[in-house]
Amino acid sequence: MEQLSITSNDDVVIVRQKVRAHAIDLGLSLVDQTKVVTAASELARNTLVHAGGGQACIEVVQNGMRRGLRLVFSDNGPGISDLDLALTDGWSSGGGLGLGLSGSRRLVDEFTLDSDPGRGTVVTVTKWTR
Amino acid sequence: MDRVPILKIGDVLLVSIQGDLDDQSVLTLQEDLAERVVATGAVGVIIDITAVEIVDSFVGRMLSTIAGMSRMLDAETIVVGMRPAVAITLVELGLSLGGLRTALDLEKGIALLGRTASAPLDDLSAVGQ
Ligand SMILES: Nc1ncnc2c1ncn2[C@@H]1O[C@H](COP(=O)(O)OP(=O)(O)OP(=O)(O)O)[C@@H](O)[C@H]1O
Ligand SMILES: [Mg+2]
Repeated sequence: MEQLSITSNDDVVIVRQKVRAHAIDLGLSLVDQTKVVTAASELARNTLVHAGGGQACIEVVQNGMRRGLRLVFSDNGPGISDLDLALTDGWSSGGGLGLGLSGSRRLVDEFTLDSDPGRGTVVTVTKWTR
Repeated sequence: MDRVPILKIGDVLLVSIQGDLDDQSVLTLQEDLAERVVATGAVGVIIDITAVEIVDSFVGRMLSTIAGMSRMLDAETIVVGMRPAVAITLVELGLSLGGLRTALDLEKGIALLGRTASAPLDDLSAVGQ
């Protein structure tokens, strides 16, 4: 398990690189590596931009014969009051494209978004080997 | 922060993105390119992303912005060398990159530009592959 803090643009780059290294180690296909690194990039940037920083946790998980990469992005930022709205393609509270959350949900196998307005946000995603 | 070099070959600006750029470097490249298009009167911009392993919404938006901006400044932008895994991921992410012209490699990109903007092909062929 690897814990990384996200407090700058450089940290977002480091998260991408670490996630890629783990995805390669795990034997994910090139397309799946690309998908999970792209999702990690979106979620790490959200942590930085919308919450002012937070943590990323990278972990290898096992389910029977399958192994997977689990990423947890957590912060103590303002949280999200309407989760469905935040997960809508094209919805952004700022000037974004509004594709970070909804798009990364499509790029992974499992996706959960937990948020307490005023307390923070936790996004957990998993990509399984095939 | 890394500053991405912008090469000028004839009437065309060539940018080859190497490695993993942080968001600030991406924005700086966008601004540098706008300045160079105006300063040089370039008719074309080629952005080579052969070495780019992922394109997320931030980089995708930068590519669209550069294309829109250069069109406004009377130059054509072509993105070359997108990896298949990147293309698949972009579609799933939901980025349409509408209005962005692409070519499979640098040679095809130059040819495309030659057809639309009468770029100096002799000069450009010196870039090679
Ligand atoms: N960690 C977070 N803390 C607080 N709000 C968040 C967080 N992540 C996302 N949000 C909210 O959810 C919205 C949608 O996020 P999403 O990533 O889809 O779009 P975006 O970041 O606005 O734009 P982009 O397409 O550039 O990522 C954001 O605009 C923001 O309001
Ligand atoms: Mg986002």
